[in-house]
Amino acid sequence: MDIKQIASAGTMESSDVYVEIAPGNGTLEISLESVVVQQFGDAIRAVVLEVLQEQQVDNANVRIVDRGALECVLRARVETAALRGKGNV
Amino acid sequence: MDKLVKSIQEAVKLSGLKDGMTISFHHHLRNGDFVLNMVMEQIAGLGIRDLNVNASSLFDAHMPILEHIKNGVVTGISADYIAAGVGRAISQGIMQKPVQFRTHGGRPSDIALGRTPIDVAFIAAPTADPMGNCSGKYGKSACGSLGYAFADAMYAKKVVVITDNLVAYPLQDFSISEDYVDYVVTVDAIGDPKGIVSGTTQITRDPVGLVMAAHAARVIEASGLLKDGFSFQTGAGGASLAAAKFLKDIMLEKKIQGSFGMGGITGYMVEMLQAGCFRNLMDVQCFDLKAVESIRTDPRHLEISAMQYASPSSRSAAVDSLDVVILGATQIDTDFNVNVHTDSNGYIMGGSGGHSDTAAGAKLSMIIAPMFRARLPIVTDKVTCVSTPGKDIDVLVTQGGIAVNPKNQELQQRLMAAGLPVVDIRELKEKTERITGTPKTLAKGDRVVAEVIDRYGQLQDSIYNVPTK
Repeated sequence: MDIKQIASAGTMESSDVYVEIAPGNGTLEISLESVVVQQFGDAIRAVVLEVLQEQQVDNANVRIVDRGALECVLRARVETAALRGKGNV
Repeated sequence: MDKLVKSIQEAVKLSGLKDGMTISFHHHLRNGDFVLNMVMEQIAGLGIRDLNVNASSLFDAHMPILEHIKNGVVTGISADYIAAGVGRAISQGIMQKPVQFRTHGGRPSDIALGRTPIDVAFIAAPTADPMGNCSGKYGKSACGSLGYAFADAMYAKKVVVITDNLVAYPLQDFSISEDYVDYVVTVDAIGDPKGIVSGTTQITRDPVGLVMAAHAARVIEASGLLKDGFSFQTGAGGASLAAAKFLKDIMLEKKIQGSFGMGGITGYMVEMLQAGCFRNLMDVQCFDLKAVESIRTDPRHLEISAMQYASPSSRSAAVDSLDVVILGATQIDTDFNVNVHTDSNGYIMGGSGGHSDTAAGAKLSMIIAPMFRARLPIVTDKVTCVSTPGKDIDVLVTQGGIAVNPKNQELQQRLMAAGLPVVDIRELKEKTERITGTPKTLAKGDRVVAEVIDRYGQLQDSIYNVPTK
């Protein structure tokens, strides 16, 4: 499913994550910046992909700026950004 | 006899400073200090090289030292604390020789024992007279106590006092006396008052911090130590101050008068003194304006040297009379070893300061910390750096439970009898990782960038470089 518009969710506060989603060029591109990339980088990428699959997003540019968010926060932010990008909320 | 010299450069020349020698600085002007940078610039200008800098702490105001390292002017550093900016460069390997970390007690101890001799000490003095009697309590750059500078003044071969408030001889209320001082220099400003003392640190309003603080106060109450004559030290962090506030309420309600509060003194400790919680404050360093005002005006507020504060080779030190200390941690492992030197990515961003000294001396050493910060659990299997050994830590207080070091069974019994949420530290680690996930361990460098020397002068741990990708 395509992303129709640029959308975001979350903040740059410590323990939060900022997710920005934009219409893609036919593929799913994910960029990740995280204060805990060494400790949790792989785990974060896996969760982002999982949530995007649930949302059936396969054509988008996604930018993740993580400030040490827990997994539940990350899931919520990615889901919200995806729904906003699809124009569902 | 005339000790007044025209400039820092002239004082450096007169001191006889040569290549390979050791110079020293104290950090009461904290992030507002101009003196270290001014002195280093003059030394570099004179072409002197290969110096060892023994500073009680380095702040990010001292970032220009990195240029002097690159240029070979500074080739050795000893400090008790190094802030994140300078620390990052050290972790990236800017020094050939490892930095030596000591504690606030170990530094003056090693100076006094001749293990780390100082050739020239530079003393930033907010007020001085022409013979070098000096004080931190007066002047536009007032910082309060000069506690860390005493050992430098007493044991360095040459002592240079640098002031921006020269007064007529004799300065009435001096801290360091003229008999130790060789030269006196006046400059326009020794520091920026905004960086020297902070405003009053606010007590935390974060609910997690408040739960931790309430637990901490109840642990002290249940420990059996909270009675007349009680002595106490705490840090300046928001949660530590909140713990002090809860403690104050308990002391006032139960009409307990303590003997002394110690530290790093904040306005909050001054309020406890004024409320009658303590007879005295013992002050090695003032953190804020209220503390500076108090040490200047209140005779109950005592200035102490770092030797009296914490040196293990003094005949006695105040830490040995301390009942309870509240301390922080970036990491604590399941053997209760504490790291306060490096951050979650292995970069240097701190140091023991008085952490190890007070932990060793106090009857109850408490670490207060959240279960995790920015997804990283506080409890780990093995700390990246042992700053304070676990044998000196009694209890860890978090919002998710209180872990008692198994060596202190009596405390464990007392806390359980008081109905406090006591938990095994390994269970606390598992509980935390169920929330955060289990972090991957960091890649460690292959080169030692700093040595952590314990308060008795022995190598305790080594800090490795952070590999650059």
